[in-house]
Amino acid sequence: MFGKLTLEAVPFHEPIIMITLAVVAIAGLGIFGAITYYRKWGYLWTEWLTSVDHKKIGVMYILVALIMLLRGFADAIMMRGQLAIAEGASQGYLPPEHYDQIFTAHGVIMIIFMAMPFMVGLMNIAVPLQIGARDVAFPFLNSLSFWLFVAGAILVNVSLGVGEFARTGWVAYPPLAELGYSPGVGVDYYIWALQLSGLGTLLTGVNFLVTVFKMRAPGMSWMKIPVFTWACTFTNVLIVASFPILTATLGLLSLDRYLDMHFFTNELGGNAMMYINLFWAWGHPEVYILILPAFGIFSEVISTFSGKKLFGYTSMIWASGAITVLGFVVWLHHFFTMGSGANVNAFFGVATMVIAVPTGVKLFSWLFTMFRGRVQFTTPVLWTLGFMVTFTVGGMTGVLLAVPGADYVLHNSLFLIAHFHNTIIGGAVFGYLAGFTFWFPKAFGFKLDERLGKGAFWCWITGFFVAFMPLYVLGFMGMTRRLNHYDNPMWQPYLIVAFFGAGLILCGILFQLAQLVVSLRNRESLRDVTGDPWGGRTLEWSTSSPPPFYNFAVTPSVRALDAFQDMKERGEAYLRPDHYAPIHMPKNTSAGLIIGLLGAVFGFALVWHIWWLGAVSFIGMIATFIARSYNEDVDYYVQPDEVERIENLHHANFAAPRQALNTQPVAEQI
Amino acid sequence: MSQAHSDAGAGHGSYGSYAIGFILSVILTAIPFAMVMSGQFSQSVNLIGMLVMGVVQIVVHLVCFLHMNTSSEGRWNLVAFLFTVLIIVMLVGLAIWIMVNADMLMMPWMFQ
Amino acid sequence: MSSTVMHSNHAVAHDDHEHHDTGGNTVFGFWLYLMTDCILFASVFATYAVLVNHTAGGPSGKDIFELPYVLGETALLLVSSCTYGFAMIAAHRGFKGPTLAWLAATFVLGAGFIGMELNEFHHLIAEGFGPDKSAFLSSFFTLVGMHGLHVTAGLVWMIVMMLQVCRRGLTDRNNTRLMCLSLFWHFLDIVWICVFTIVYLMGTI
Repeated sequence: MFGKLTLEAVPFHEPIIMITLAVVAIAGLGIFGAITYYRKWGYLWTEWLTSVDHKKIGVMYILVALIMLLRGFADAIMMRGQLAIAEGASQGYLPPEHYDQIFTAHGVIMIIFMAMPFMVGLMNIAVPLQIGARDVAFPFLNSLSFWLFVAGAILVNVSLGVGEFARTGWVAYPPLAELGYSPGVGVDYYIWALQLSGLGTLLTGVNFLVTVFKMRAPGMSWMKIPVFTWACTFTNVLIVASFPILTATLGLLSLDRYLDMHFFTNELGGNAMMYINLFWAWGHPEVYILILPAFGIFSEVISTFSGKKLFGYTSMIWASGAITVLGFVVWLHHFFTMGSGANVNAFFGVATMVIAVPTGVKLFSWLFTMFRGRVQFTTPVLWTLGFMVTFTVGGMTGVLLAVPGADYVLHNSLFLIAHFHNTIIGGAVFGYLAGFTFWFPKAFGFKLDERLGKGAFWCWITGFFVAFMPLYVLGFMGMTRRLNHYDNPMWQPYLIVAFFGAGLILCGILFQLAQLVVSLRNRESLRDVTGDPWGGRTLEWSTSSPPPFYNFAVTPSVRALDAFQDMKERGEAYLRPDHYAPIHMPKNTSAGLIIGLLGAVFGFALVWHIWWLGAVSFIGMIATFIARSYNEDVDYYVQPDEVERIENLHHANFAAPRQALNTQPVAEQI
Repeated sequence: MSQAHSDAGAGHGSYGSYAIGFILSVILTAIPFAMVMSGQFSQSVNLIGMLVMGVVQIVVHLVCFLHMNTSSEGRWNLVAFLFTVLIIVMLVGLAIWIMVNADMLMMPWMFQ
Repeated sequence: MSSTVMHSNHAVAHDDHEHHDTGGNTVFGFWLYLMTDCILFASVFATYAVLVNHTAGGPSGKDIFELPYVLGETALLLVSSCTYGFAMIAAHRGFKGPTLAWLAATFVLGAGFIGMELNEFHHLIAEGFGPDKSAFLSSFFTLVGMHGLHVTAGLVWMIVMMLQVCRRGLTDRNNTRLMCLSLFWHFLDIVWICVFTIVYLMGTI
């Protein structure tokens, strides 16, 4: 009836887990009670859970990403704490089987359930606004993508309390991940969490490609598309080209585990190296999926706060394009040591080094954008400057690792760990945090507190260097990754320093939480009534903050790159039409939510071999989808008087500030 | 935006195009099957024959059944397809190169 | 500056555009999905190519493939592609009855294909050559089975479309969906060309 699931699956004997679960349960009950007490279930259901509005979906993505950031960071600081003490006779406080789950969960969560949704969330909020569209091409699909991603996140978190998570590292290499060596449910949780969220990501990729290809405002030719939207477009190309490989790879692994097949086993001709090969054929494009939007954010931030158009827009686009294609011919550098021979290693080593060229082009473009600009050192700019320093260090250690000979020495060492955290934290995470601060006023109508934001930045960046520079040294000293205990007293001082670094990052995170709370409390004084708090250059700043649900009362017509800046210079920025036309909008739907939650049930059922439940939930998903296809009442028209009422409200709100804006000297606006 | 019907984005066929596609496909399927089943050709001739026929037949299907073309509506479909072909060539080609190399060095008995 | 502006005529034009182009967006989006499906198949083809010689003492392709049978399967799919094309022509001309008839014919041919494939699998497993016997057999069953699953999904979709056309007629929405299904069906044919060339023919020589 319940497959492999018994009450013993709950780890009652693990105090750390039980305390965590208790805290989560209390917090969950508190939130549940608060929503019930304030009678907000209806609001939550109609305005958020069933919404197909890309801005709200974006906000929900980022909310989940922030929660998962906390979970992933808790894993990180536990590992650093363990390693700071577990030398020689001391075994630390985390036994190996628990420690192994923690480093696996940390990797999976940070990449798939923190970085990806953060990126997708920012893309959801900004891209349709930047291209002057009213929504994405397929709003229902967008909601479905989100809920499939949530289903994956649910599975990862359920694994904490019911059963276990994989102990294989976030790459789940066979034969370790095969049934013979990982007989528990951990790897199954891993597989289904990634499959569900990966499907959501794939649909997002298709959705946003169609949106950018087909729904740009009139006049926005390819070379007038804002640079962040371009970056996201390349990311989406990478998503649609690489996520199917992940789907296939995990599918084959699950056939091994569920149907006793022999793709990657040790027996009967299986070849575990093929898994490694396929995994990284997805995995390497995946890191560019994470970093390209961050590059786009830095470009927007630097150009806006330097008060100049981006230096080398065209070369920036071509550099992203080059990275997109080259990103597909470098994956072997993740396993130089597998033994494919000198020619193969040389080809992939050289291809990897070549990628440094377009990336360098980008760095110079940002530097030249700031050159002779009037740079305002706001929080987003600090993140950008921090990125430029940190990412350059990470990029150079990357080129070092691209030398196959050097990689033979450094492979699987903490040097590698330091390198990829250097690029992912210093590149992607700093980028997302810059974008978070940059677009927060657009999404919510008020700015974030600057002082606390800067505090967060300084803690993050010093914490980062304190935590990860020792890891480079440890790598050279021969410490390998995924150790939970060591016998070399020489390593311990460095690991203690790294632990303090993690503590500094914790301060950074606390500053950010404080920033959210303080900003929410001071929202009246931080309010952005114009819709253009930073002197923005692209179309998202031309509408109110937060934008009306239809984004633009009148579809903007674009005449230049940096379309809104162009409108401001022509004095056409805030002009109103003499009348409004009806606006065609999609209706909310609960189908995405239902399919997503059934997906979570489906995954859970397969993890525990509860076949009947798997069948029922799968049929439920298909049936919901088909039922949705029968529904023809999926859209409506917003009537002109409604549009006029909303627009009047907005324009009345900021009539006074706008006067002030227009009387400023032109030079300051440009 | 001027199409009368909403199924824009890919062209329609006619009885003619389907008939031509069908006849060509039958021929292009029959030849490699006949070559292999007759057993009269060497392995390399068979291999080259079936690969050439396969590629030609894929093109026939794309043009006659999927109506791929260079018109302005169909252009992005074509670009997307060509990009996909590029990715597939890189993915499959490099993957096989990597694995054959690794197998030759580490499992040489398989190649004797 | 004056507040009365020129955008108004533009707004009307854009609204039309938005309304009429939805079908085009759907077909383009579906096309992109098909491209991702291509890459999914490519990954499994690559795996098959790597594992094809890993027979682990079990049978190789030469021992188990029966080309005449495969030719029969191919014929069914090829004819079904043609009948689906005729369904599309009928739908385009607005003939509901013929559309349904051709769809039904396509369904029967597709179901025949699936039946033949299941029969082939059943025989292999009954002879002791199941997917758990060697890496080669795993990848063979998975590659061919994945194509079969896609065809099955196409058949389910076809039933849904026949019901929808029955109920609502050849509306714009249904025509768009028939177009997507058409792309899907013809695409599966192309995948089958790769399957019979790379798996069956190359496995037999």
